[in-house]
Amino acid sequence: MGVFEILQIIIPSAIFFAAPLIFTALGGVFSERSGVVNIGLEGLMVIGAFTGVVFNLTFADQFGELTPWLALLAAMIIGALFSLLHAVASISFRADQVVSGVAINFLAIGLSLFLVKKIYGKGQTDQIQVGFDKIDIPVLSDIPIIGPLLFENGYIPSYIAIALAFVVWYIIFKTPFGLRLRSVGEHPMAADTMGINVAIMRYIAVMISGALAGIGGAVYATIISRDFSHATISGHGFMALAAMIFGKWHPLGAMGAALFFGFAQSLSIVGQTIPFLKEVPTVYLLIAPYVLTILALTGFIGRADAPKALGTPYIKGKR
Amino acid sequence: MNSGRLTNFLIPLLAVLLGVIAGSIVMVISGYDPIAGYSALLYGAFGDSYYIGETIRQMTPYILSGLAVAFAFRTGLFNIGVEGQLIVGWLAAVWVGVAFELPKFIHLPLAILAAALAGALWALIPGFLKARFKVHEVIVTIMMNYIALHVTNAIIRFVLSDKSYKSEEIHESASLRSEFLQSITDYSTLHYGIIIALIAAVIMWFLLEKTTKGYELRAVGFNQHASHYAGMNVSNNIVLAMVISGAFAGVAGAMEGLGTFANISVKAGFTGVGFDGIAVALLGGNNAFGIILSALLFGALKVGALEMPSSAGVPTELVDIVIALIIFFVASSYLIRLLLTRVKKEGK
Repeated sequence: MGVFEILQIIIPSAIFFAAPLIFTALGGVFSERSGVVNIGLEGLMVIGAFTGVVFNLTFADQFGELTPWLALLAAMIIGALFSLLHAVASISFRADQVVSGVAINFLAIGLSLFLVKKIYGKGQTDQIQVGFDKIDIPVLSDIPIIGPLLFENGYIPSYIAIALAFVVWYIIFKTPFGLRLRSVGEHPMAADTMGINVAIMRYIAVMISGALAGIGGAVYATIISRDFSHATISGHGFMALAAMIFGKWHPLGAMGAALFFGFAQSLSIVGQTIPFLKEVPTVYLLIAPYVLTILALTGFIGRADAPKALGTPYIKGKR
Repeated sequence: MNSGRLTNFLIPLLAVLLGVIAGSIVMVISGYDPIAGYSALLYGAFGDSYYIGETIRQMTPYILSGLAVAFAFRTGLFNIGVEGQLIVGWLAAVWVGVAFELPKFIHLPLAILAAALAGALWALIPGFLKARFKVHEVIVTIMMNYIALHVTNAIIRFVLSDKSYKSEEIHESASLRSEFLQSITDYSTLHYGIIIALIAAVIMWFLLEKTTKGYELRAVGFNQHASHYAGMNVSNNIVLAMVISGAFAGVAGAMEGLGTFANISVKAGFTGVGFDGIAVALLGGNNAFGIILSALLFGALKVGALEMPSSAGVPTELVDIVIALIIFFVASSYLIRLLLTRVKKEGK
């Protein structure tokens, strides 16, 4: 097996595994840039996956080919609404943001399994019938070598995820909204003095993170697992959180880290078919994203600094 | 001072009450009978001696994981890594239980000690990184959870067994199981672990409230700068606090490995006991006595839930929803405090 064939197995599957992580990690960037820790990404992905699958199973007959897209939309809305709980608890009621995020995770898995058992009478949904189509991107897929590797036979949401990272970068670093968002996360009191409504900015940021994590979960469920059960989302939200930190709270960094983690995941799955990788025990590939995140945080891979006001509720008039 | 104590006691009670009410609303909306649901839950937790035995058995690791989370909380740290520390503790306990053949009075303590050491070692890493590099312990402990899960699974498959999904059963001399406790509870899986858990609660209380070191640990948790100014070694205290917290978590794993299961099998996901420990600690107000009570509550909820599908048709996950809402209400205690002060003002 030549190098090219190996790359042709690994790279598309890396992008395939990375897409849900990119969406969710970008959501995390919004929330944490505004100063709200979001450990609840995992739970928000669970809700997104649940909504995506249930919507798909329920409406596949009515909407046909459009179903998975509408399912993404539904997951986005439900994700945003669900994250409102985290926003209310951690912004208005000044709850510990980590604790509130943990509660989101508990609630998401409990509620979605409760509803699955209520609706389908068993602990697991059926397989969805309508998924996303694979496409070749015109023009770009004709480029020799890179074309077949990156732009052939991919799912549209994967490309949307990568494009979205650039959009988010533009929003956060080039627009007034982005500047306000960052100022609220770095120094809320100064932002408040300048007339920015800290609470509203944080509410918006948390809800965007819920929407994106919802999409991330739905993309995972529609493309990779194709059904929903207790184990559908197992740690992907935390991996997205890790990608965001590894990417230093920067949208493009988060995307790069998510692609890398997707690469590690795909290696641990398709690695068995590749000659020299067969010798590497899968456990090393499984723990790689987590070990790398710890190393990144420690400063071995450049220093990562969190937004200054991360994790602290803003109380007006308190120094 | 007195009214503050009262509020501290009222908040968890109100949180549980609100959680239970919200749970019944969920049941009504989804077309179940809440009275039948909760009766089934109560029966399934305390209905006869078998159920009581199961509830106490479930309460055992909850006390210890709650203590682990609470010990870190009290010293200003958030240990979400209890789950991972519990898993490596479980592994270490079973490993010692399988590998040696010793008299019981050496073997059992050795296995528990190994679990405590493994948990402590797993918590040492985030503690050290926090003290030395100021890396936030929440993220590191989350990452350590996944590393623990995957590494433990690999060790079970390739070291403790020959590519099988579970280890051998531990030797009788390392077991916490008790025929006496089983016979008085109609052959439940109750084991001697509960005694160890209760002793651990006393140790935690004594260590934090009655020793100089405990005072130091709490002081560092309150205010690092002031403690540093007072001549305390902040870094050492952070590492020590994480290590002790991890040791409690490791012993929680030993309860599962030496008592409930007597082996360890490959895990597809987390046990959940470590994460539930966060709820236990929060509801118990992070103090040893409160934790025993809240561990009892969560043990009863988890075990009682198993009775709900057959008697009332309600999915067991209802209990997870109730637990999540209880955490929300405890975390949002600002809301409850606000309500309480408003009620008091109107009373006057």
